[in-house]
Amino acid sequence: MIRITGVSHRIGSAAILHDIDLTLPRGKLIALIGPNGAGKSTLLRLVARLEPLQQGRIEVDGLDLAATPTERLALAMAVMGQQTHIASRLRVAELVGFGRWPHHRGRPGAADRAAVEAALEAFGLAPLRHRFLDEISGGQAQRAHLAMTFAQGTDWLLLDEPLNNLDMAHSRALMARLADLVRGSGRSVVTVVHEVNYAAAWADHVVAMKNGRVVAQGPAEAVLTEPVLSALYDTPVEVARHDDRPLVLHHHWHDQLGTPFPEAPDAARPTVH
Amino acid sequence: MTARPLVAGLVLALLVLASLGLGAARIGPDAAAGEGWTALVLMESRLPRTLAVLLTGAALAVAGVVIQSLVRNRFVGPDTAGTGESAALGLLAVTLLAPGAPIWVKMVVASLSAMAGTALFLQIVRRLPVREVMLVPIAGLVLSGIIGAVVTWVAWQADLLQFVGTWLMSGEFSGVIAGRYELLWVAGAAAGLAWFAADRFAILSLGDEVATGLGLSTRGVMRLGMVVVSVVSAMVVTTVGMIPFVGLVVPNIVARIMGDNLRASIPVVAAGGAGLLLACDLLGRIVRHPYEIPVGTILGVVGSGIFLWLLYRPPAHG
Ligand SMILES: Nc1ncnc2c1ncn2[C@@H]1O[C@H](COP(=O)(O)OP(=O)(O)OP(=O)(O)O)[C@@H](O)[C@H]1O
Ligand SMILES: [Mg+2]
Repeated sequence: MIRITGVSHRIGSAAILHDIDLTLPRGKLIALIGPNGAGKSTLLRLVARLEPLQQGRIEVDGLDLAATPTERLALAMAVMGQQTHIASRLRVAELVGFGRWPHHRGRPGAADRAAVEAALEAFGLAPLRHRFLDEISGGQAQRAHLAMTFAQGTDWLLLDEPLNNLDMAHSRALMARLADLVRGSGRSVVTVVHEVNYAAAWADHVVAMKNGRVVAQGPAEAVLTEPVLSALYDTPVEVARHDDRPLVLHHHWHDQLGTPFPEAPDAARPTVH
Repeated sequence: MTARPLVAGLVLALLVLASLGLGAARIGPDAAAGEGWTALVLMESRLPRTLAVLLTGAALAVAGVVIQSLVRNRFVGPDTAGTGESAALGLLAVTLLAPGAPIWVKMVVASLSAMAGTALFLQIVRRLPVREVMLVPIAGLVLSGIIGAVVTWVAWQADLLQFVGTWLMSGEFSGVIAGRYELLWVAGAAAGLAWFAADRFAILSLGDEVATGLGLSTRGVMRLGMVVVSVVSAMVVTTVGMIPFVGLVVPNIVARIMGDNLRASIPVVAAGGAGLLLACDLLGRIVRHPYEIPVGTILGVVGSGIFLWLLYRPPAHG
């Protein structure tokens, strides 16, 4: 369980987070949603101790962030930030290998090698294992970074917009893998997602943030509703059902009042060859 | 692929043999080993000189890898971070204030002073906008220039200009004899320490966030890196003077070929630095034989040539 109590955060004179109290349950796939600038990354970075805690208290499985050595925390949680560009010229397998470093600290054993292989396999990186990071595509590099986080093998996985750069198939595969990690091996995942339907389809628990506050949280069913989402994003949203889960429709042509346009302009029609 | 290390090792061995054989006094395979004069030249001059060049080249190249991973910029070297000039400043200070201090005190002061200079450089780099990669080397050059000017000014005031000249001028190995180069072993040991901590430096180059996520104490690694770079610079500058470009170009070439997995690449970097410096030293001894051109001058030409080539032939994705 991650327990966040009374956490506020300022950057300069701007208040970014306001007195947040939040408990993230173990063994669940948790989606963190909200508009740009809501404070999702800031909160995740505080939990991941990438940002010094200014006020309040955060515990990860009983470990107080402020009092636990960083190397111990690396065995409890793995993290992938929103905009980490890795400039090092490493091979894919070498990068993923560093995910095991918290465990072996320089002397990899058989278990470490197996974990690296499994992570490479899981992200379809086996054919790219000897390629340099600066010689693969953005999405492939993103997958390599994710594989490193997976290889770390921690109970908690904190991911900030992991679907960035991923195509439809790899996005789906990633969500399925995260769900599998949660349901199959009882681990816990917190992930920021912008496409709410990924939350709708896969998340067990959804936390919605806006303006530095948590505005709603609970099971996907309870949070992903028309009133909550419309208010959260200040845009009209329609929620249908599909496969017994919410399906959020928001790409339609609506006017300001939320009534659909009678007909899309010609330019918006696809040309079919 | 597999033949490469073999070829490289062979080239290095040939360079060593040439260095042992070449000099004003002729010694060669025909001069029977153990003959008094030959053995004397070999043990007192040629061997120390060759060892000094190898140690210096290896240590500087490894220090280059370390400073590049500390600032995450490939365009800096231990000679463009103000480190050598800071070492000279420390040595000058101790010479003025405590002329009778034993040599080890002087070296400790020089190293500490080099560390302060490196720390200053890192502080400046932290404040630069991340995207402006070229500001980092420029900042280093400006800092080196300022500290170098301070050293020159103080030395001039104290009438010690000739004395500091040997540190700030282009380095050379012609004065190296047994008993006058042994401090370079300390530089070699510092480079060895860097290899010991290679994974940490490699993880540090992944960025502060990734490093923290992997449980690395970034401050500790930064400090260790500063110690390595400063000790290497201090020992080299005070023993043989400024040696440019080795710490800049060798890590770049090796990274292009084998990447940044430092555990594997640091030994190659060390061998490359040793080989490059030895080749340049030999060149300096041959070109105007029996006179010598300082290796620092040779490197100024060769090194800048290699560097320009590196700049204009960027790797596939820069
Ligand atoms: N370095 C900074 N200086 C000043 N304000 C900042 C800084 N970084 C973030 N902010 C502000 O903090 C707020 C929260 O930012 P944060 O990155 O946590 O948002 P987010 O919810 O992750 O947004 P996004 O969906 O765009 O990633 C924003 O209003 C942003 O403008
Ligand atoms: Mg964000």
